[in-house]
Amino acid sequence: MSTVRKPRHTQELPEFKSLVARRWVVSLILTALLLVSYFGFILTLAFNKELLAAKIGAHVTLGIPVGVGIIVFAWLLTGVYVWWANRHYDRSVKAIRDRMGV
Amino acid sequence: MDQFKTVVGQPEPVAIGFFFVFIAITLWITYWAARRTRTTAEYYAAGRGITGLQNGLALSGDYMSAASFLGIAGLVSLKGYDGLIYSVGWLVGWPVIMFLIAEPLRNLGKYTFADVVAYRLRQTPIRISASIGALTTVAFYLIAQMVGAGNLIKLMFGLPYELAVVIVGTVMIAYVLFGGMLATTWVQIIKAGLLLGGATLLVILVLAHFHFSPVALFDAAAVKYGDAVLAPGGLVSNPWDALSLGLALMFGTAGLPHILMRFYTVPDAREARKSVFYATGFIGYFYILTTIIGFGAMALVGQDVISGIDKGGNMAAPLLAEAAGGTVFLGFIAAVAFATILAVVAGLTLAGASTLSHDLYVNVVRGGRSSEAEEVRVARIATLLLGVLAIVLGITFKGQNVAFMVGLAFAVAASANFPALLLSIVWRGFTTAGAVASIVTGTVLAVLLIVISPTVWVDILQNPLAVFPLRNPALVSMTAAFAVGIVVSWLTREPEAAHRYEDEKMRAYLGVGAE
Repeated sequence: MSTVRKPRHTQELPEFKSLVARRWVVSLILTALLLVSYFGFILTLAFNKELLAAKIGAHVTLGIPVGVGIIVFAWLLTGVYVWWANRHYDRSVKAIRDRMGV
Repeated sequence: MDQFKTVVGQPEPVAIGFFFVFIAITLWITYWAARRTRTTAEYYAAGRGITGLQNGLALSGDYMSAASFLGIAGLVSLKGYDGLIYSVGWLVGWPVIMFLIAEPLRNLGKYTFADVVAYRLRQTPIRISASIGALTTVAFYLIAQMVGAGNLIKLMFGLPYELAVVIVGTVMIAYVLFGGMLATTWVQIIKAGLLLGGATLLVILVLAHFHFSPVALFDAAAVKYGDAVLAPGGLVSNPWDALSLGLALMFGTAGLPHILMRFYTVPDAREARKSVFYATGFIGYFYILTTIIGFGAMALVGQDVISGIDKGGNMAAPLLAEAAGGTVFLGFIAAVAFATILAVVAGLTLAGASTLSHDLYVNVVRGGRSSEAEEVRVARIATLLLGVLAIVLGITFKGQNVAFMVGLAFAVAASANFPALLLSIVWRGFTTAGAVASIVTGTVLAVLLIVISPTVWVDILQNPLAVFPLRNPALVSMTAAFAVGIVVSWLTREPEAAHRYEDEKMRAYLGVGAE
């Protein structure tokens, strides 16, 4: 653990507080989207199986693109987070660290 | 294809040849890594020099077990759509790791997730209780993998069960003991590459039979076995069961010690985040391939042949490889499955060994005062002990039904490790007593409830009626672990820990002072 200069000062920076708040807003929105999609799928399976068994072709059911779609959606959500963090989060971190000189 | 004759289950020279090539290459890497593994950061964390892409492959290597490759392909081939539901559940834990855990974990910790929980709390009680959660998770996961290894290798090559377990155990010990995290990481990367490449090739060979149209493949499966194979069956009948298993998979992934440990192998939080993106992509792609492989086996090999060789369908993918690519390709896929088993047990053993040496020996027995050389020596002794124990447990549990142990490992990870880890990152008021109570509650409740659940009480112990209704306990045990952690922390103020939370935040979010 290295010692940090002026720690009290930095934690009270409004930029730092807003950075932490924004990080959790983004994280929690993405987590909520994931929970809704996955548990929505599970609850549909439990209560309305017929919907996912509905045919969208000669034999293929709606359930197949939905199942694959949730896998792809989950991955895209991680892509959104990386995009946001690389673009905005890291920049703010650098600005705050420059300002506090570490 | 009805007259399909197979060589699966015989010691096939091609498979053994591929397997020896894999062993030779990985042991050479181990030798190379051993000369670069002296300090603790090298032994536990590969000197923190792994890139995001490499770690993404290694993470997916740790996670894509033979059970998921052979088991899910088999499940799809016999049950159809229900196998895909299973795949989706195994993937959704990964984004959770990224959104809630990965970056703070990387910034706050050194070698184990207990480093994060213990950051501002009292070392001894936290290290001991976190070790209980970590070791319980690793033990159940390891037993399931070793027993699976013995069974699968016996099915694939006709080798005796005990010999298969001893071979897997011995080679795995060599990787971890001499090459530490660097060798383990490269074994994972090679294994992930082989598994993804092999599965891709198999899918191409299968789709070639269907003019490269997945829809034509699904149609062929439905024409052969009825439209029901493309629709949800009986897997999700009780919504509470499904919810509880879903919670275990989703939040358990973020509490698996061997997965969490990988985030210390990258240089910073940015690479940690990138590695989850790659890992989620690789694992998701792999599960989609596995689903196609399952339907391919259903259409091209046939359910009678698959269940004739193994009731659970575990040989669906090797059989399909033989049907679509001949004996040579079967040999390749069989060797890849063997490599997969080896790599997963190596990762688990290293995670268990780092808990024993870093958390228990160095931070409890020696009170944090121990030289680098001593810690690496103890980690190596712990690796050897755990490796031998894994072989002994694998042989002890021969013929037992251990399939529930993977679900249990996820339930313990979601109940014991995840709540304490998350609360220590986000909550100023979290206290030592709260953390200990949460971890102990999560571990004990997850294990106890699964014993009296239908999974063990009825299926294994043959009692007529389960005491606890849910097949996976996470809904109750994880909720209880959070509740106990919060209530006990309210009752036991720890002003010093709350004060140090400010420093913890600086490090967690800005990476100031991170290892």
